Amino acid sequence: MNGLTRRSLLAKGGLVVVFASSGAAWAQEPEEAANLPGDLDKYPFLDSWIRIDTTGRITVFTGKAELGQGLRTALIQIAADELEVSPASIDLIMADTGRTPDEGVTAGSHSMQNSGMAILNAAANVRALLTDAAAWRFASSIDQIELQDGTAYGPGGRRLGYGDLAAGFSLHVMAKPDVPRRSKGRRLIGESVPRVDIPAKVNGGSAYVQDIRAANMLHARVVRGPSDGTQLKPADIDAVAKMPGIEKVVREGRFMAVLAAKEWHAVKALRRLQAAGWERRDSSLPSADLCDVIRQSPVRDNPIFNYPGPSAPADARIVKARYSRPALMHGSIGPSCAVALWENGNLIVWTHSQGVSPLRKSLAELVRLPLEKVRCIHVEGSGCYGHNGADDVAADAALAARAVPGRPVRMQWMREQEHGWEPLGSAMVVELHGALGRDGRIVGWRHDVWSNAHNGRPVSAGGLLAGAELEPPFAPQKPQPIPMPEGGGDRNANPIYALPNASGTHHFVERAPLRVSALRSLGAHMNVFAIESFMDEMAHAANADPVDFRLIHLQDSRAREVVETAANRFGWKRRVKGRPGRGYGFGFARYKNLGAYCALAMEVTIEPDGGTVDVRRVVAAVDSGEAVSPDGIRNQIEGAIVQSLSWTQMEAVTFDTSHRTSFDWSAYPIMRFPSVPASIEVDVIDRPGEPFLGTGEAGQGPAAAALANAIADAIGHRLRDMPLTSERIKAALRS
Amino acid sequence: MISLSVNGVAQSIDADPDTPLLYVLRDELGLHGAKFGCGLGQCGSCTVLVDDRPTFSCLLPIAALAGRKVRTIEGLGTPDRPGALAAAFDVEQAAQCGYCIAGMIMRAQALLERNNRPTEAELRTYLAPNLCRCGTHMRILRAVRRAAAAMGGGVQESSR
Repeated sequence: MNGLTRRSLLAKGGLVVVFASSGAAWAQEPEEAANLPGDLDKYPFLDSWIRIDTTGRITVFTGKAELGQGLRTALIQIAADELEVSPASIDLIMADTGRTPDEGVTAGSHSMQNSGMAILNAAANVRALLTDAAAWRFASSIDQIELQDGTAYGPGGRRLGYGDLAAGFSLHVMAKPDVPRRSKGRRLIGESVPRVDIPAKVNGGSAYVQDIRAANMLHARVVRGPSDGTQLKPADIDAVAKMPGIEKVVREGRFMAVLAAKEWHAVKALRRLQAAGWERRDSSLPSADLCDVIRQSPVRDNPIFNYPGPSAPADARIVKARYSRPALMHGSIGPSCAVALWENGNLIVWTHSQGVSPLRKSLAELVRLPLEKVRCIHVEGSGCYGHNGADDVAADAALAARAVPGRPVRMQWMREQEHGWEPLGSAMVVELHGALGRDGRIVGWRHDVWSNAHNGRPVSAGGLLAGAELEPPFAPQKPQPIPMPEGGGDRNANPIYALPNASGTHHFVERAPLRVSALRSLGAHMNVFAIESFMDEMAHAANADPVDFRLIHLQDSRAREVVETAANRFGWKRRVKGRPGRGYGFGFARYKNLGAYCALAMEVTIEPDGGTVDVRRVVAAVDSGEAVSPDGIRNQIEGAIVQSLSWTQMEAVTFDTSHRTSFDWSAYPIMRFPSVPASIEVDVIDRPGEPFLGTGEAGQGPAAAALANAIADAIGHRLRDMPLTSERIKAALRS
Repeated sequence: MISLSVNGVAQSIDADPDTPLLYVLRDELGLHGAKFGCGLGQCGSCTVLVDDRPTFSCLLPIAALAGRKVRTIEGLGTPDRPGALAAAFDVEQAAQCGYCIAGMIMRAQALLERNNRPTEAELRTYLAPNLCRCGTHMRILRAVRRAAAAMGGGVQESSR
């Protein structure tokens, strides 16, 4: 590797660090190519994705990151399957700006679609090249070549390992489109291969960026007010600098960090600085309900969809409803953390950011280094579920490291900093207006959604908290809506049902009282909650069964199969209706109308005095295209259901006019074990040969809606404003 | 210097007496299993056993530990020789990001050492101090049930 120097940074764990002084080492610039699957289209050279050394060891590269969603294992499975080797013979390098293709951000349930499809097809190309090489070496035809476990077998018992074969040709060649996949029986794809990261995680192995302990490393804490929009009052910084163990207080503009060899000393210094008190820096937060503020703010209107059809007849039954969601928190269990090293004018940052490439660009601007002098390497952190403090803490670490060249700096946020400063999922309002014909079919549909932005990820220094604190400050990024078909606030606002005379508008609210960005599923959680609640309200008006009502409006055959599978497995038709305090709900969506299909049925009981909801049973069906790891898909859907139940039942970010008041787990409670469902069952519908569809966000909307529908079924009152708390249930029961 | 017993080994620690045990485990002893989550005793990701009881190591100053036995997840096994809970968590694939898992395992260990036949309701109540944000709860419960059986007991059904 040209221009690379090696140094061992990490004292423990045996991680060898390779510093790319000349930037992206060999993940070459994108070139024009035929239409290739996934991100192979952006990086068509095979050696961007797959390399084979002379011993036959295979290294696979992806620009996507393991976030706890099981991607590492799934991508190894794909490559091993297509290359006909065991998973153990593959090393997978993930999300490192010095080594891997730039695949943007690991988000939007895109990894299997973009990186999985790229690796699958790159591997098919490499397998074809290995077969050709073996045929040439054995002077045989390619049909006589058999690849197995890293060895090519030819006629007459001849055999050569992949290492020998690969030494004879270059993988720095463009992928060809339409190289067929291995046609003989499936072996690894479709198997629930145990996740490769789990043994370390369940035995206390060092698995996270928080665990990095490098020789000569300093621990750092950043010094900020209690939440977004606040700042600390002046403190006696000289006194803090003299506290035991404090090596340095870094100050640049309003940015401040304390550095110490022992972590506890840095924490104590931070606490002393915080004791000076704080004040609001930005304009006051609204005292009115946040959803009302969003609903009444100036907007930029964007049409979402418009399906023609005759106007609803005069005798059509009109149904209207308004739904709302408060601001929600990602709530990572581990506060954000990064390790940075500034050395010889180069900056390396180990980060759990979802987007190492945009982060690298933003950091280069922040610290005023040329792009090629900055490298970002992904290391797992605590689960993020979207844009949390990961990027901001990387910037904090970089600024701190610049002040102590040659010394690695480990910067970790405190709990109240994560709660106080992480970008939130926007509060949202949806208004739905439907018309029902005499035949019980929908003859008109109108969807209006109000929301702040759902993408504040950094693409420049102004997108990082520290960027606003330097002097002069970097200009903040202007919030923008995400265009359809993926959408942001309007994600999944476009119903998958076949509806005539239907339209929708995204009322984009630029001015955000609270800091907002991408939270798992973006607007889909709210839009699906609203649409699927409304489908039940319409079904009720039509005196129809909620599942039957969905099916008569559903033409997509895969959608129908998912709905029918969930209903049948649950025993929907056999449910006993009308038992007091017991209800059944259904919810369905295809994520973004582009990703995985997910339907689920839920049974709840409600204790009438306290209004407490017990989720007794959840049965889900999911179609993620060709299922690489059925258990991986189940794990993601189970998790999405539990997380969405927590969001939908009990979560809301609180604030007063001066700051966020959701500063820890007591002020922002999330679901604990006694409240999780008694059982969750997930049925995976496998579609061999179909493209992989991302699964990670498919369950959030359907789970929220099924809960609302089950509660309405149980108590005979519809709750339309999240969170669906026991207090609101009690109030509805009293009314 | 403060003396500690960690996983059966006597350790002399050069740290301020008010240093929480968690920082000593992670920064001085290289035991990274216990995690910093909140520093407030609200999430359980730092859970270790002190004299066989589940304890928030983020809150407990080392000055309070003289003569007491600390056990961490590293003391229960290794990937090659996992303890009963780690093995069950692996079989059940009971992790997503996994950040909470070491704390979950230590709390479950404390429960099963005292009572390897808890009811389902007792199990859920016992694990309540520990948060998981990925929503891996169903698998964690399955894994603890599996481990209880492997340890000669079992989790009993209970109506909730």
